[in-house]
Parts: sequence; C-alpha cells; structure tokens
Amino acid sequence: MADVVGYRREVPGSQPPHLHAPYASTVKRAPTRPLVYIPHTLSEVTGPVFGHDRVRPEDADLTKQGAGQPIGERMILAGRVLDGDGRPVPHTLVEIWQANSTGRYHHERDQHDAPLDPNFTGTGRCITDAEGNYRFVTIKPGAYPWRNHHNAWRPEHIHFSLFGPSFMTRLVTQMYFPGDPLFPYDPIFNGIPDEAARQRVICQFDLGLTEPEWALGYRWDIVLRGRDATPMEK
Amino acid sequence: MTDKLIPTASATVGPYFHIGLTWLNHTEMATAATAGRQIVITGRVVDGNGEAIPDAMIELWQANAAGRYDHPEDGREDKPVDRSFHGYGRSRTDNDGGFRFVTVKPGPVPGPGNTLQAPHVVVALFMRGLLKHLYTRIYFADEAAANAADPILGLIDDEGRRATLLAQPGPDGTYRWDIVMQGDNETVFFDV
Ligand SMILES: [Fe+3]
Repeated sequence: MADVVGYRREVPGSQPPHLHAPYASTVKRAPTRPLVYIPHTLSEVTGPVFGHDRVRPEDADLTKQGAGQPIGERMILAGRVLDGDGRPVPHTLVEIWQANSTGRYHHERDQHDAPLDPNFTGTGRCITDAEGNYRFVTIKPGAYPWRNHHNAWRPEHIHFSLFGPSFMTRLVTQMYFPGDPLFPYDPIFNGIPDEAARQRVICQFDLGLTEPEWALGYRWDIVLRGRDATPMEK
Repeated sequence: MTDKLIPTASATVGPYFHIGLTWLNHTEMATAATAGRQIVITGRVVDGNGEAIPDAMIELWQANAAGRYDHPEDGREDKPVDRSFHGYGRSRTDNDGGFRFVTVKPGPVPGPGNTLQAPHVVVALFMRGLLKHLYTRIYFADEAAANAADPILGLIDDEGRRATLLAQPGPDGTYRWDIVMQGDNETVFFDV
C-alpha cells in the first residue's frame, strides 16, 4: 500500500479555538486535553460522496417550498467552492439552514417571540457544478436574540455545511452580511482570531448577480482544505 | 507548502441544525443485504458536568466488512466494494444525549507504511458550543490484538486514554461507546 497524500494542517489564527469563553457554551464542551496529532491515512483521505440522486434542483430555491411566497427580502446567494490551491471543488454537497426574515427558526425549540412564516422552512441544499459553483434563492435572514449574555443578538447569518472530497475537508460554518452592526458584539463571529479570516466569512453584495425587479445578489466563495504536495513520509 | 487560499473559518452548527441537516440522517447504515457482521453502536454524548448534550450531531465514516472504502481514492481491487453499504452515517443526539447506529464491523485497512489499522470507524462530532468539529475514532474492545498493533492508537501516549476509543461489546452484536467532552474519561480527539 502506497502512502496517501494528506491534507494541509490548520493555518494558525484562521480557525476558532474550541474554548472561547465569551461564547459560554464552549466552556463545558471544549476538550481540556490536547488533541492527539495523527497522520492522514486512507481512513482520513476518503469520505462520503453524494450524488444528484439525493438532491433535487428545487432544493436550492427556499422561496418555493410553501403554498405561497415567504415574506422578506428575496436574495440570490451564489459562489464557488474552492480548495486551498484555488481549484474548484465540483459535485459536492452544500447544505444551508437559516432563520426567516423575522429572525425565527422553523424549529420547536426556538422560542424567539417573532412570527413564523408558513411559507419558509429555511433549509436548502445543492450540489456544486463542474466548476464548483453553487447557487441558492432565499430570503435574507433576520437577526435574533440568544441567551449567551445580556442583550445578546446574533448578526444575520446563514449556516453552511460542506463535504468536499474527503472527511478531512468537512466544513460547517456561518456566512454573514456586509456591514452588520452586531459584529463587534457577537462571540461566535469573533471566535475567529484573525481579522482577515473574519472578513472572509462575510459575503459581498453583487450587482451583477442581482436580478432586476426580482432579487438582490450576494456572492460568497468558500475554501476547503488543500492537499499536501507529496505523500506522507513513512 | 502553504495554501494559496486559506480555508474558510469553521463555526458551530448552533442549536437549530435539525432543520437543515437531519434530512440526511442515516442511522441504519447496513441492511440485511450488507456483507459482514451486523452490529449496533449506541452511546451518549456528555459535557464537562456529565450532563447530556441533546444538540450534537455525529457523523460516521468507515470501510465495509472487507476493509474497503466506497471512495475513488481506495482503488484496491482485491477488496470488493459492497453496493449495499456506503459507510456514511449521520445522527443527531436525542434529549438524553443518546445515539444509535446500525452498521457492520469494518474490516482492517492499511495504515502508514506497511502497517495495518485495526477495525475502526472515523467520527466527526458537531454540536452547539463547538466552534469547529472534532474528530475521533471508534475501535472495538474485542479486537485486542489488532488494537495493540494499531499505528494510530499507538500515538496516544497516555495508554489509559486509549480506552476512551474502545466500544465495549454487549449481547447480540451491540457495542457501547460514549463521548465524554471533559474530565477523567475525556474522549481522545485527534489533531488531523
Ligand atoms: Fe443561527
């Protein structure tokens, strides 16, 4: 068995730590012992691959899941999924979930006193095309309160989950909107140490993606881990 | 070798991931048609106070009973792909922090160099309060000889902690494996 080609390790400052005390839930959930460094084996560089059999084209349009139109600012959200070398990541599953325009999730545990929208579940999914492109049609989510600290509100955001080519490229993240006044107060956004890395989780308004008389366009590219150049040493 | 592009920062799945991710829940990973020994892995996820974590999501990735991954980078033709077994599982935890997967005991797979890895399942763990997911592995306590030779278990310096990765066999093909986030029995998580 030849040794496998692994994936690159984390760039310091670019990823949040497990323990980030301002985000209170990390305190009893973050590991207290150092993680044990292991090489990447066949078990790491493989991973689940999902085909189009699991995802329908209409799953990418969150405005057409009810009997009528959901309320809120209609938006087109598109971008590319790339690897650390800037190459597209084609045919990979992208899942999203979000609050509705009032800042309420379609979830029994969400007790925020804001209206549910019967025409909006807030969930969608798609498979990137051959050039790594994804595209969703949705409603701009509202900010919502949470109980992390006094007067805590989450900036408007959309949750993303991606697979990429292996279990090592797995990514769950949140995308934010430009100029949100809640950024300075949000411990999840600020859990990312580097300012530049925080800026990269903010999408950009894109007039070219905007469709006249219909929807605003936002663009956000996502980068998954890149690959080592050579096989691991023995 | 550095990245041209730095990977996007991770964030917690938050408390409401159920609305977006549970459509892909897959806890019956094996069917009656799947080759190998069918097993059931159950357990609980608990926090640093020993309390249940009811808003975690667990993903499994494993080889089939022959030790073959259903993935393009595993091209070993002497190990057959099993069309009835993909090797991926996803489950949320219930109100008691519990989870349950029906799968098959994976076969051994190659490790670094000329080593052989003991049967294991790769685990990715997500939850509210976890800003980036954690990786760990499930090994099987009834594979003592293979575990003793496993090149990855051997990297855990504190031998006592290796036991946190061992699923304990019970009756009728059941295994028990808990995830403990903090404390004396804190599960070993990997830096990958
Ligand atoms: Fe959220």
